[in-house]
Amino acid sequence: MPTLQEIALKTDGVDARIVSGHRMCSGCGIGPLIKTVLAASDKPVIVISATGCLEVVTTIYPFTAWNTPWMHVTFENAASVASGVEAAYKALKRRGKIDGDVNILAVGGDGGTYDIGFQALSGALERRHKFMYLVYDNEGYMNTGNQRSGATPFGASTTTVPAGKVSFGKPQWRKNLVEIAAAHRIPYVGQAAVHNTLDLYKKAQKGFNADGPAVLAVLQPCTTNWSFDPALTMQYSKLAVETNFWPLYEIENGFVHISTKPSNRKPIEEFLKGQTRFRHLFKPGNEHVIVEMQKMIDDEWARLLKLEESGIQF
Amino acid sequence: MGVKKAITGAQAAAEAMRQINPDVVVAYPITPQTPIVEQFAKYVADGIVDTEMVPVESEHSAMSAAVGAETAGARAMSATSSQGLALMWEVVAATPGLRLPIVMSLVNRALSAPINIHCDHSDVMGVTTVGWIQIFSENAQEVYENTLLAIRVAEDKRIQLPAMVNQDGFITSHAVEPVEIFDDALVRKFVGVRSLDRALLDVEHPRSVGPLVLPDYYFEFKRAQEEAMSKVFEVYREVGTELSAITGKQYPFFETYRTDDAEAVVVVLNSAAGTAKAAVDAVRAQGKKVGMLKPILFRPFPYTEVRDALRHVPVVGVLDRSMDFGAYAPVYSEFRNALWELDKRPSMQSYIYGLGGRDIMTTEIEAVFEELLSGELDPEHQRYIGLRG
Repeated sequence: MPTLQEIALKTDGVDARIVSGHRMCSGCGIGPLIKTVLAASDKPVIVISATGCLEVVTTIYPFTAWNTPWMHVTFENAASVASGVEAAYKALKRRGKIDGDVNILAVGGDGGTYDIGFQALSGALERRHKFMYLVYDNEGYMNTGNQRSGATPFGASTTTVPAGKVSFGKPQWRKNLVEIAAAHRIPYVGQAAVHNTLDLYKKAQKGFNADGPAVLAVLQPCTTNWSFDPALTMQYSKLAVETNFWPLYEIENGFVHISTKPSNRKPIEEFLKGQTRFRHLFKPGNEHVIVEMQKMIDDEWARLLKLEESGIQF
Repeated sequence: MGVKKAITGAQAAAEAMRQINPDVVVAYPITPQTPIVEQFAKYVADGIVDTEMVPVESEHSAMSAAVGAETAGARAMSATSSQGLALMWEVVAATPGLRLPIVMSLVNRALSAPINIHCDHSDVMGVTTVGWIQIFSENAQEVYENTLLAIRVAEDKRIQLPAMVNQDGFITSHAVEPVEIFDDALVRKFVGVRSLDRALLDVEHPRSVGPLVLPDYYFEFKRAQEEAMSKVFEVYREVGTELSAITGKQYPFFETYRTDDAEAVVVVLNSAAGTAKAAVDAVRAQGKKVGMLKPILFRPFPYTEVRDALRHVPVVGVLDRSMDFGAYAPVYSEFRNALWELDKRPSMQSYIYGLGGRDIMTTEIEAVFEELLSGELDPEHQRYIGLRG
């Protein structure tokens, strides 16, 4: 396992697979996130992007920030495009038209993964293509200005389910993509966060080296639409983990392993404070939403601990 | 000389695919296309081809995986019908913009609703504006040869556009006919292998494919696509000449049947052209001069050649197997446009027939000729063949 300094050299050195000049918002976590994941591959990487922030900010023609083969087709099909790339790789290699090994990485936001790209992802996992699917999860359609997705948390106000006089925002809890992915009996599923570079790197490496499909879900606090100070992206990522809102864990060959167990779980308010999407929860009358949210987080955490302890294989 | 086999139109498409032996075939079943991918899957299972077959979970993923494979550097093929084409429409529309020469069989079937599994052309007529080369086939023999032709036209350096090879659902896809299959070695030499030029899997030369393009460049991309489409005519002729050396046949943009001295001509696509030829013969036997024109290359549309072929014909009836609700039917519309430039324009009549797989009889086309020759026409309103009163 390389040190942080060694990872930094890989992500920004002359061989960096994605380079500066992109148009990410200041404070966006996608940059460090994708750099760390790409650096974790010891083989050349072919990247397939879903439509979304990453695609938009890295490629506006005639420019590109990609120093590795990259393609994009539509919003919902990154996993099925990756299936085709992997099939081509196998066929061309078998026929002696190409040599050398590659890793294939499909990347989507939560909208392109939990929602519109869900079927394509499930199909690709079930067919056991050798690729890793990376979801940078900013909990809604942030590229287009904060619309609700299947990853938007309970109580968040979005433009399509806004908080109002008779609404406290999203009334449902988010999908558990990690467990859904694991239910496909794939060799590796990981949940990571952008502030913890070493953990993210290690999980990306495991995903790339897995004997079959892998899924990596990474929380990506969105400075623009969660509306917090761009200097605080890593702080919010850290708080999400420290509150158990976003536990760091992995499911390797079906076995749950929690990467970090906060010794003193912080209350969820610590994470909610300062984010515009949760501002309404601190108004009189909405106290019950935070109480309910806290209960759900604690219940989910207890369940995750039990899953790990049980040793039962997914 | 080839070998005659008694096979269906679907099997004829699969035979062409067997000879092409693509790097990747992406398949999702849908009636009446299913026998194509089933037959091909059998070739894979028996080791007759060494294609990587990807049995995906939807047509949207089928075209997506074909796009991924083709971008990666593979020769990828697929097949679909009707609802399947409708589901993959988004990716179908993206494919020519990415300049990927994917060849796909389209077994024409009516679009829902109401749901119907039988033949009409409402599926293909919904995608003629997005930039695929469209080739139509009257019978299983043409399906086979058009598939081989399409690969070479699509992959030509001057073109780099996808192509659909159409055949009528059930009527062609499921009917057994004698089909002449040409020598494997000759056909394989003709289709060649796809160049790895600009392949995504060329990791030494990383490329970014499918970037966001804003108003400053999008227009130029689309113009370049149109330029490539306009070159299809010359490439189609060249490739057709090469294919003739194997098959001994001609590959025109359209077929004319007894039109030279015709006083009335019907235009009709795909399998009904066979029926129309029989009707022409029957009406000719009565001493009336009639003929038929069968479009083969529908996109790009050969306006000039069609105009020249019909220049002398006083009455043209166009039979459409789909409608464009509230507008002229698609094939009729093209022929009206093509003939508009003539100094002496023919009288025209639009007919709709065969929706949802309703049969069309020779006697019905004979009646069309009677009507065309009678002069009692209404070019502003389409008429319906074989419709309940």
